[in-house]
Amino acid sequence: MLGEGIAKGLVETARNFFGSYFIKDRLTTVQYPEERLPQAEAARNFPFLVYDGDDWLAGLRCVSCQICEKECPPKCIYIEKSKDKKPDAIGKPQFYPTVFNIDVSVCMSCQICVEVCPFEAIKMDNDFELSTDDRFCGLLWDRHRLALPNSHYQKIHPTDAAVSDAILAEDKAKVDAKAKAAVENKASAATPSVAHVDPGGSSTQ
Amino acid sequence: MILAPPNTAAETADQIFVILRDWIVRHVPGGLQPIFSDLISVVAILAVFASLFAITTVLERKGLGRIQNRYGPNRVGPFGLLQPLADGIKALTKENIVPLAADQTVYVLAPVVLVVAAFSMYAVLPIGRNMALTNLDAGVLFFFAASSVMELSVFMAGWSSRNKYSLLGAMRAIAQMISYEVPLILASVTVIMAAGSLSTVTIVEKQAGYTGILPHWFILTPWGFAGFVLFMIATIAESNRSPFDLPEGESEIIAGYFTEYSGFKFALFFLGEYIGLFAMSGLGITLFLGGWGAPLSFLTWVPSYIWFFAKLLTLIAVFIWLRGTLPRLRMDQLMNFAWKFMLPMALINLVTVGVWEFLPHGVLRWLVCSVMVVVPYVLLGRGLMQGWKVERRVYKFAE
Repeated sequence: MLGEGIAKGLVETARNFFGSYFIKDRLTTVQYPEERLPQAEAARNFPFLVYDGDDWLAGLRCVSCQICEKECPPKCIYIEKSKDKKPDAIGKPQFYPTVFNIDVSVCMSCQICVEVCPFEAIKMDNDFELSTDDRFCGLLWDRHRLALPNSHYQKIHPTDAAVSDAILAEDKAKVDAKAKAAVENKASAATPSVAHVDPGGSSTQ
Repeated sequence: MILAPPNTAAETADQIFVILRDWIVRHVPGGLQPIFSDLISVVAILAVFASLFAITTVLERKGLGRIQNRYGPNRVGPFGLLQPLADGIKALTKENIVPLAADQTVYVLAPVVLVVAAFSMYAVLPIGRNMALTNLDAGVLFFFAASSVMELSVFMAGWSSRNKYSLLGAMRAIAQMISYEVPLILASVTVIMAAGSLSTVTIVEKQAGYTGILPHWFILTPWGFAGFVLFMIATIAESNRSPFDLPEGESEIIAGYFTEYSGFKFALFFLGEYIGLFAMSGLGITLFLGGWGAPLSFLTWVPSYIWFFAKLLTLIAVFIWLRGTLPRLRMDQLMNFAWKFMLPMALINLVTVGVWEFLPHGVLRWLVCSVMVVVPYVLLGRGLMQGWKVERRVYKFAE
């Protein structure tokens, strides 16, 4: 009969209407500022500079090689290289950035800077609440604002951070071994030479 | 009108606004008194129904939200109740764009005509005891005359915008509104036949008595029930609401006849449509639901205007419920429904009310009139659904 379908539909919508007041599961919308869903581990939004230790400037991993600046598709990174050197994450003396700026409004979150960085120095953060009422200085982040400790990276992306830490540890071990070898070589070159050179020298001569 | 002083507290509460108006008018010099009296009533109607519009927009959005298992607006003020205020500020601060090719005069005039026509309908609505602005002898006729001016404004808007979507929307709107005006008026003619008057105040008075505890409302008769349903369906179609929102169909023609309207002109269209809907519902209440009368005989102590607004809000809730339920009709379905179902039903209903008046009071006339309503409904419904079968839709490429 005419109207049957309408009556069925009306019952269904009425059930939804009253059900939404009594059954909390029906309301699937997350009330965002008050409630939040946990972010996926791979979530990314804007890069940050990783530093080790407590002093952000001393621990900055960036050696200002400027690869990210050159690779950045929208050209939102600006780097100025230092004149002097400081030890980097694995102990080598390297340059460091005196200026490192990223423009939030230009960055397109492509993660290419992270992919190309050979020093594990720039990583993606998952903080997405970057809006500001200052459209000039509020959107151009300097190196201090970009710097975040390695512990933060371990917290937001534990898997990637573990890989990154392993690479750095390996490099550091290599550098240490090299240094040790160099020291030993130096030592072995220095000490035996005293004991050995004279007789050797005499033998060769 | 000079009234006898009220006797009881209930009567005072019932007539409080009338007493207040008369008290204010008494402080005005003699010659200006009638004008002032009307002016106060007009301002009251404008204020009350404009605020009702504001409340309805937020209630509608919340109701639709709940029907779709959402919260609806809940950010501005407690429970989102200040949302209309935010919407109003937004509409006022938006840029007012007038298309270069538009017919400027007609374009600007259209929303004004709509709102004026919508508000002028309230002149004859009795929203409480002694609370009709005017008691015209041809009140219902005036009401329908004013309501058809709304169609004019719709076409003014669609034509003057010089936009194909506007024109398509206006074309659809005119076709729809004229088609549904016929059953709308025929459905109200039944009441005019039964009441023997075109005056809205007299029609309400005719429904004032009680049998036992039940009122003598026209909806509580077979022809009245059918008439009320027809009237309400036609009202929805007249005010371009879902499921008859073809003239505005957002998914097809953007916003129909007010595609080119922005800022406050758009808000005026919005206001005009809702005000028109309230007025139509108000007439439905006056004709079929006993106007400001109490639904049960022992509830007469509640002030009359409260009953009117309670009935109005109930009808608005039903409109929201329908909007949340039904999908939009197709043009041919819309026309078929108007001319092949609504019109014959309304005509048969006219005969039914005649039979009802001539048969003696009792079970017989109830039986005869019920059959006269139900049988055409079933038969016409069957005719309407002929050749219409539910098929499982086959997706050629998606599977």
